[in-house]
Amino acid sequence: MATSKVEGSSSLRHAFGGVLSVFILLLIGVVAFSIRLFSVIKYESVIHEFDPYFNYRVTQFLSKNGIYDFWNWFDDRTWYPLGRVIGGTVYPGLTLTAGTMWKLANSLNIPLSVETVCVFTAPIFSAFAAWATYLLTKEVKGTGAGITAAAILAMVPSYISRSVAGSYDNEAVAIFALIFTFYLYIKTLNTGSLFYATLNSLAYFYMVCSWGGYTFIINLIPMHVLLCIVTGRYSSRLYIAYAPLVVLGTLLAALVPVVGFNAVMTSEHFGSFLVFIIIHVVALVYYIKGILTPRLFKVATTLVLTVGIAVCAVVVAILVALVASSPTKGWSGRSLSLLDPTYASKYIPIIASVSEHQPPTWPSYFMDINVLAFLVPAGIVACFLPLSDASSFAVLYLVTSVYFSGVMVRLMLVLAPAACIMSGIALSEAFGVLTRSMKFHITKYFECSHTEAPAKLGESTSTESSAPLENMTKSDTTEKPEVARKEKVARRKQKKEKELTENAHVKPVSAKKEKRPLVLPLEASIVSVFLLIVLGGLYVLHCVWAAAEAYSAPSIVLTSHSHDGLHVFDDFREAYAWLRHNTEVDDKVASWWDYGYQTTAMANRTVIVDNNTWNNTHIATVGTAMSSPEKAAWEIFNSLDVKYVLVVFGGLVGYPSDDINKFLWMVRIGGGVFPHIKEADYLKDGQYRVDAQATHTMLNCLMYKLSYYRFVETDGKGFDRVRRYEIGKKHFKLTHFEEVFTTHHWMVRIYKLKPQKNRIRGKSRKSKLGSKSTSSKSGGMTHKNPWN
Amino acid sequence: MECRLPFSLVVFCLVILSSTVRSELVISSVEKFVDLHSHIVRVVSFLKVENQGPYDVSEFVLAFPDAQAKNLATMLVIYLEEGKIIYSEFPTSSTKPKSKQSNMTFYPVTLPKKLEKGKTAGLDVYVVLTNLLKPLPKEITQAESQLLVYTDNIYYTSPYHIRNQSIVFRLPGRIESYSEYSEMRLVESELRYGPFEEQPPFSYSPVVVHFENNNSFAVASNFVQEIEISHWGNVQVTEQYTIIHGGAHLKNGFSRIDYQANPSMSGASSFRTLVARLPPMSHSVYYRDEIGNISTSHLRGDSQGTQLEMELRFPMFGGWKISFSIGYSLPLHDFLFESDAGNNVLNITFGSSIEEIVVENQIVRVVLPQGSKDISVKSRFPTKKSQELKYSHLDIVGRPVVVLEKDNVVPEHKRYFQVYIYYKFNNIFLLGKAMMLILGIFLLFLMCILYMHADLALSKTSSWEEETEGRK
Repeated sequence: MATSKVEGSSSLRHAFGGVLSVFILLLIGVVAFSIRLFSVIKYESVIHEFDPYFNYRVTQFLSKNGIYDFWNWFDDRTWYPLGRVIGGTVYPGLTLTAGTMWKLANSLNIPLSVETVCVFTAPIFSAFAAWATYLLTKEVKGTGAGITAAAILAMVPSYISRSVAGSYDNEAVAIFALIFTFYLYIKTLNTGSLFYATLNSLAYFYMVCSWGGYTFIINLIPMHVLLCIVTGRYSSRLYIAYAPLVVLGTLLAALVPVVGFNAVMTSEHFGSFLVFIIIHVVALVYYIKGILTPRLFKVATTLVLTVGIAVCAVVVAILVALVASSPTKGWSGRSLSLLDPTYASKYIPIIASVSEHQPPTWPSYFMDINVLAFLVPAGIVACFLPLSDASSFAVLYLVTSVYFSGVMVRLMLVLAPAACIMSGIALSEAFGVLTRSMKFHITKYFECSHTEAPAKLGESTSTESSAPLENMTKSDTTEKPEVARKEKVARRKQKKEKELTENAHVKPVSAKKEKRPLVLPLEASIVSVFLLIVLGGLYVLHCVWAAAEAYSAPSIVLTSHSHDGLHVFDDFREAYAWLRHNTEVDDKVASWWDYGYQTTAMANRTVIVDNNTWNNTHIATVGTAMSSPEKAAWEIFNSLDVKYVLVVFGGLVGYPSDDINKFLWMVRIGGGVFPHIKEADYLKDGQYRVDAQATHTMLNCLMYKLSYYRFVETDGKGFDRVRRYEIGKKHFKLTHFEEVFTTHHWMVRIYKLKPQKNRIRGKSRKSKLGSKSTSSKSGGMTHKNPWN
Repeated sequence: MECRLPFSLVVFCLVILSSTVRSELVISSVEKFVDLHSHIVRVVSFLKVENQGPYDVSEFVLAFPDAQAKNLATMLVIYLEEGKIIYSEFPTSSTKPKSKQSNMTFYPVTLPKKLEKGKTAGLDVYVVLTNLLKPLPKEITQAESQLLVYTDNIYYTSPYHIRNQSIVFRLPGRIESYSEYSEMRLVESELRYGPFEEQPPFSYSPVVVHFENNNSFAVASNFVQEIEISHWGNVQVTEQYTIIHGGAHLKNGFSRIDYQANPSMSGASSFRTLVARLPPMSHSVYYRDEIGNISTSHLRGDSQGTQLEMELRFPMFGGWKISFSIGYSLPLHDFLFESDAGNNVLNITFGSSIEEIVVENQIVRVVLPQGSKDISVKSRFPTKKSQELKYSHLDIVGRPVVVLEKDNVVPEHKRYFQVYIYYKFNNIFLLGKAMMLILGIFLLFLMCILYMHADLALSKTSSWEEETEGRK
């Protein structure tokens, strides 16, 4: 009778626990979604930054023209006159996801604009990512750790920085895909089910569609497989988890146009094939070991090893020769810069010029993962108690992602889930130990004070107190068989075990005395729990602050708080709106590549270069034009059919990321292709300066002139608020360009190329006018420049 | 050639009209005021009409040259008897005179009661004209002022004999030049010609005024207004504008430094803000364009109405274009009334909410709730009407949309014109969507329950499980 009652109450508790965890997960999803809405509330529902504008534009095209036109889309509004095959050069996962969501909403007659769907894609997928984290961590370390990890991931600042509402970038869906792929891998590894293996390949396919970071998966999983094999943990489950993934996954990956044959031809994927071969060899060895006697097996091993080593040496030699014959050794530039952090800055200025490709600083770790940095070691320790296939994977994932995040700021994003999983495990384990010892002390206290209390009371309290433990320590085999554990094991054969459990219940004091050493003192555990809660609270506060203040700015609208209230700088959109409405549809606009995506998306005008930096020469051409004197620049731009030149200038309001600050990259990239641009000509004491000490070349290049044209008239001195000094050359006239538009805060200035002049004047006069613009400036002005 | 045409025409018309009944009327005095303050030309003429014929007359004909008739946005005729307004009308039907050479358009006005012989009556004619002010020069720099040319007939164009008449031009500022006549007077910004006495019908003599006018030349080339009715109590209005500065084009580019350093001198003809007057109780107002919210706007509300001051993304210079949309919500009970026979009457004010703007083409789309029937539209002026369906917010059969289209809309339309839309709607349809959602979620749960209870596995899972358990 008593057991049936116990069983009933425990199944009820299970049901209750299930509902509770579903409810908690739902709330975690809500938190993950809503913490990312600060950008919409504080600013507006708008696409952020640079790349999201391109994705938005592609999604618009997809929703308007359908999937087949999308695959065949040749975009003639960018990279003029080359154009760009969008369908074959873009990771389509994000666009297809948002396009599908939009289509679904519209087929249900829910009037959502494409923009709205795009803005909210990232928050929605953050919620999915949190749930995927729950699943993954649950596979590694149980439900408690899963829920904790999901809660932590829901608000980790590193992930928030890439997935606030409006940040419509590949990473938004890719992190979900990454975690989910890992989950399915671990799930397959734990179950050995071919069903999950197939799902895993599909999830991997989705990841390949979404982000170039899929190479992380296809290298990490083989590493883990190799680790398992080396540590002697090979099993058929491992084989099922890995072999279908490589075969199906590679086939599926090759279906994505942007990857195509890269899936089998580039070095990033070779590791997986190598491990694929190894796992088959190992499987064969295990099979042979099974059918041979130990003695015969030894003979076979020596035979195979001698032959095998010889063959391997040949194969490796061929491989090395093949790889070495390709110029980048088969590795793409971004991947190479991962392995050799100094590679990019040495050889590829275009990669090094992107701020998110720089290595992170220590404060950025604290900013992005905050207290997780301290919890991660504890999590690693917990993963080793005991070490399972799944927990070894979690550790490996963490270690590799820590390395990669040290190479590139952007890859901090890959570290974040690993850190969350580890911290979730650490917190959950710590809470488990602490609450268990608290419970132990409390029950002991109860029993001391109620010595005469009937056994029934003790029974009910002990079962009650141990029930939640059951959830938390389900996979924890180091725990001594506790009352609850016995109950769980014995659930099927309840009747036989009846006496045993009752025995345990009758004398729980003696049972607990045995494992006293594992129990912490009551005070210490209470204080520790309190401290952990404070730590969690600090983390939450930091995350909310980061979401609200640090990572929500859309970067196309800037705000500043001054003594007379909020000031909005909406200059970018002012300029783009002007271009959109007041220039011809087919006019070409030249600007530095940062503004290419925005110009095509917001102004709907053809650009010369954009953020998809696929053609270095073309970018170098624009860089050269910007760093050339006016006449040479005019000729370059004219040869590209450019009608308008757009420059971003922050000197009036102190906007630091303007074109003068990016100028060094224009010179470097331009000079890398066109040797007549020499960086030394622009440097004074090893620095790019535009003040009175600046070089002659610097003060006469197009970028300087377009930025500072008539700037001196604003305050009479020409004080640049970004560089914090007065500019070098204050009064000059433009000969080949005319100002057509400048925004309210001067942040964007648009110039038009003047039409070619008629040949009226004498040749000598003309050449003077063109090449020596310093001497051709207005006569009345005084020359202050030292070289004159 | 063109100059000579009116004269020959006048003679021709005279011949034709002398035989008709019209000649019995004589205009004893006309005073015409031409208001040239904005880009919309407003002409008020005060006429005194005398019946000299032997019969009572019931019709009066207003004549306009085709150039004006083409750009005539609206016209209001007020009939006065002994100084009291007894009738007003918006004439809309026009006729061409029988003569083929005529470049005139006639608007017959039916008098409310017959003008008896020998009697005199007053007629006030209020005419709104667009597109008649031409910039000269056509291109100006940022520092220059905008100069406009207005051409008109110095005599009142009428098929009747006029005894005494004068014309007054009210100008916004400096006058560059004007036609010289002997009877003329320039007082400050008022240019008066006349009085001229005893002029035959269709007398013509051109008058040209060249003057400075820096008022905002906002022309909406396209204006789409969508009014969505919800019987839950809300009216959602969305207005999409494409606005062009219709004045003299900007030459030599725009210089921000000149514009900022000396705002009064530079860019005098440009405009930076537009003011929209929204109905009272407007709420949830937004102002944005295709690339996002436009953050520079002010909203002031009082019981009279809500005023939305919209700063455009950039100052508008001649020839520049911009597009944006505004939207707002209104309480339904201010606009929807019940008439007899269970009809709902929706009362819409036609026209743009932006002040002093010419709309070249306006489309009003009234989205009625799903399930509306027996729709009919009543308007006091001719519009192109059509109906279509719109699907939104989980619609199944779609919402009927009444589409009204009209060219050349001026602020006067907003003031005087209403559109009434009658339709029947059963409030039970309001519950339809709620029921649909409930049913949908119920089905979802039902499917979940079924899935959890059904065993979809091909093999006996339980036995396999036991097998593996056993192996352990």
